[in-house]
Amino acid sequence: MTAYFGRRYMLSASHRLHTPALSAEENRAVYGKCNNAHGHGHNYVVEVLVGGEVDAATGMVVDLAALDETVREQVMERFDHADLNLDPLFADRVPTTENFCKAIFALLNGALPQGDLEHVRVEETENNFFECSARG
Amino acid sequence: MIFLTRRATFSASHYYWNDAWPEEKNRQVFGRCAHRNGHGHNYTLEVTVAGEPDPVTGFVVDLKWLKDVMEREVLAAYDHKHLNLDLPEFKHAIPTTENIAIATWRRLEPAINCANGAKGGAKLKRIRVYETPDIFAEYRGEA
Repeated sequence: MTAYFGRRYMLSASHRLHTPALSAEENRAVYGKCNNAHGHGHNYVVEVLVGGEVDAATGMVVDLAALDETVREQVMERFDHADLNLDPLFADRVPTTENFCKAIFALLNGALPQGDLEHVRVEETENNFFECSARG
Repeated sequence: MIFLTRRATFSASHYYWNDAWPEEKNRQVFGRCAHRNGHGHNYTLEVTVAGEPDPVTGFVVDLKWLKDVMEREVLAAYDHKHLNLDLPEFKHAIPTTENIAIATWRRLEPAINCANGAKGGAKLKRIRVYETPDIFAEYRGEA
C-alpha cells in the first residue's frame, strides 16, 4: 500500500537575484528589492515528501532518522548558512527559489534511503513557496 | 475539479512496537518511540475532497456536514485515546503516522464517497496527518 511521508527542514541562506543577461537597470526592474547588490537572506523551509510502500514490519514508508541523515548530507550541510550565489549549482543560473527547489529535488532524487521522492516544496517566506514534483 | 480541505485536531498517545521482534531490535528501529508506556501528540488531520461546485449552492461539499462526518468517524474514536490500546485497527498495525493516515482514510471513505451528504459526487482525495508541525504522512487511496 502506497503512502507518503513528509518532513520539514529549516535552513538559512542568502542570495541575490541578478542575471548577467540583463543590464543593471533591467535587473533592478525585474528583481526589485531582490537585486540588492549585497544580497539578502531567508529562513527557508524545505518540505520533502517521500512516497512508497508502507513496510509491514515497521509501519513506515521511510525511516525518519535515515531520511534526516540524507537531507543533512545533501542539503543542509551544503546550503545552511551559505550564500547560494557562490554554490557551483548557481554559477550559471539565478538562485531564485524556483531554481533552488529544482536543485534540491535533483540532489535528493535517487539519494533517498527508501521510497521515491514525490515532491520538494521550498517556502521562501510564510507567504510564498515553490514545488517540484516527480511528475515534472 | 476543485479540491477542498478541512482541518481538525485530536490528541492521542501511542508507541511503536513490533511483537515479532526482540526488545533490542524494537529499541534499535523505533528509538524513543518504543517506550512501552507510550507518549502523545497533538495531531492535525487534513481531509481533502475533490469535486465540482454545485451549480445552486456553489459548494463542492457542505463543510458543516464534512465536519460532522470527521467528528463522528474519526475524532470521536481517536481524540484523547491510546491508539495502540483503544483502537482495533492498531491491534496489529503499528500506529505510525503512515498507518494513521491509512486508517483515517478507511474510516472516512465509505461515509464521504457513498453518502448523500456529499452532494455533487465529491470524493475523498487525500488524508494528511501531522504528528508534529514538521512530520506528516499522506494517503491518497492508492493500493
